[in-house]
Amino acid sequence: MIFFKLIVTNLRRHRIRSCISMAGIAFSVAAMLTVVTILQGAIGMFSGILSSDSEIVVFERNVSDLFFSSVPAAAAEQIAGWPMVSHADPVLFGIVSSAGHPIVTCFGVTVADARIRKATWTAGDRLDFALHADDVVLGERAAQFLGARLDDHVPIGHGVFHVIGILRTANGFEDGGVFMPLSSAQSFFHKEGASSVITVKLNGKDDAASFKAMVQARFPNLIALEDAEFTRSYSQFRILKATAWAVGVCGLLMGGLGVANTMIMSVFTRIREIAILRVCGFSNVQIATMIFGESAVVSLLGAVFGLLTGTGLLFALKLVPALHGYVDVTLQPVVMLIVIVLALLTGAAGALYPAAYAMRVRAVEALRFE
Amino acid sequence: MNLATAQAGTLDLSSRARIVLRAEDVWKSYDDGAIEVLKGVDFEVAEGQTVALCGPSGCGKSTLLHLFGGLDEPDRGHVTVNGIEVNRKRNLLRLLRHEVGFVFQLHNLIPDLTLAENCLIPTVAAGIDRETAQARLRQLGESTGLSHRLGQRIQKLSGGERQRTALCRALMNKPKILLADEPTGSLDERSSRAVFALLLEIVAAEGVTLVMATHDRGLAARCDRLLEMHNGRIYEPASA
Repeated sequence: MIFFKLIVTNLRRHRIRSCISMAGIAFSVAAMLTVVTILQGAIGMFSGILSSDSEIVVFERNVSDLFFSSVPAAAAEQIAGWPMVSHADPVLFGIVSSAGHPIVTCFGVTVADARIRKATWTAGDRLDFALHADDVVLGERAAQFLGARLDDHVPIGHGVFHVIGILRTANGFEDGGVFMPLSSAQSFFHKEGASSVITVKLNGKDDAASFKAMVQARFPNLIALEDAEFTRSYSQFRILKATAWAVGVCGLLMGGLGVANTMIMSVFTRIREIAILRVCGFSNVQIATMIFGESAVVSLLGAVFGLLTGTGLLFALKLVPALHGYVDVTLQPVVMLIVIVLALLTGAAGALYPAAYAMRVRAVEALRFE
Repeated sequence: MNLATAQAGTLDLSSRARIVLRAEDVWKSYDDGAIEVLKGVDFEVAEGQTVALCGPSGCGKSTLLHLFGGLDEPDRGHVTVNGIEVNRKRNLLRLLRHEVGFVFQLHNLIPDLTLAENCLIPTVAAGIDRETAQARLRQLGESTGLSHRLGQRIQKLSGGERQRTALCRALMNKPKILLADEPTGSLDERSSRAVFALLLEIVAAEGVTLVMATHDRGLAARCDRLLEMHNGRIYEPASA
């Protein structure tokens, strides 16, 4: 108890300095949490597009981005006929632009596609989908930013399309996207007879291995991955995740410098006190534990405030209409744990030099000058 | 200076008491030998004795106390406490935690802690259990008349109370040797007399050996022995 009080006392003695350090850690943690959660959410949403009523995605082997993947229509037809397959939906991804909106995600899908079947249609009728080549269905948010209503004709890219429906999905990408009949999308993006991926639902989960082996045997230039496998291995996701963590770690490093500064000042301003503790029998380990304890308290409190701030920020972002569906505020416990551990490690790193300095304090020298 | 210079070095102890502190041909200098403080000090203290070290500022009184407490190490010679040579690497912690207690001219208490918390610091260092530490604190609180002030912060204590607190802290782990460096040097005369009387009373009650550096010859005269330090050496006046 006394030991803990020694730790807290020193932090209380320099409240403003301690608070600034905590704020540094808190802002870093909040930034890391926000960036990582938003990107995880974005990745989750993109994965959600692929895994909508399916558990396997088939795409062209060795492509850096699914937008560049080209899967022959014949493959989709064959796969759909395999005995272990419940259904196989070819999907073509494309990026188009419209006035004021340089990037609009476009989905070329069949009428049987789960994205069409399972969405909430706020306007129009699902049965009208794909009756005409120039028909499109807009996600609710896409309809908002394109200023389009049912039966309007909207310019998208180099074409003008007839809006035959508006649908709402929980997925931000889909909600901000345009759904075209697959054949129209193939023609629009000059990818006749091809799709970007085939999303596959199997009759049983145990069939995954045999399905993947069959794809490898029949279509050597294609690869089949289970959804979890895809999320783990897709290079774009990995780059995004790495970027998010890198940004967060950089933020924490800045916070760590704040802790280091606080701890250095803390040690320098109480050399005499440390000397007295030595005279009272404190060992190097006890002195170092006290310094690391101070940094741990600063880091832990900073991390807690950062988590609260970050969570609040995420909830605030979720309320922004333009970000509807993009921000997933579901905080993953593992992310929170990693953030706290990183904050503690940062604090510990910041306390390394001060602790080493404190351990070198010689009582006799510190006490000589009164 | 009325010194019995022939009586230098190891002291002739008439009693058969056990020697608890011994310095043998101890040399100590600072600034790479530019300032020689101790020049071959030989010195022994028997168990339970109260010894006053007098001498001008810079004569090496504090240095000698620091060497006995393991806070510093001699350039040459040997310092033993309870028959064991002081070695900063081997036995410093045991020495500071259990064998010796220090009282300084300035109380050197931690201002943000209470009197009790300051006193308990050595017990934390030594890993003494809470109940034992509290019992000892109560006992010393009674002895020093500080029982009613245990929960007070240091800022609210008088100079005399602070120095009594420092004395409590030094004795918390029941050391058998108390090294006091000008323990009343920062107090007014009245407080100084009171604190010193208490100091002598407690060391007598607890059977503690006291070695005290002081400029106050009136206080020094009340110790069992009065030693003079001069020019890096130690002398025992013939009249002592």
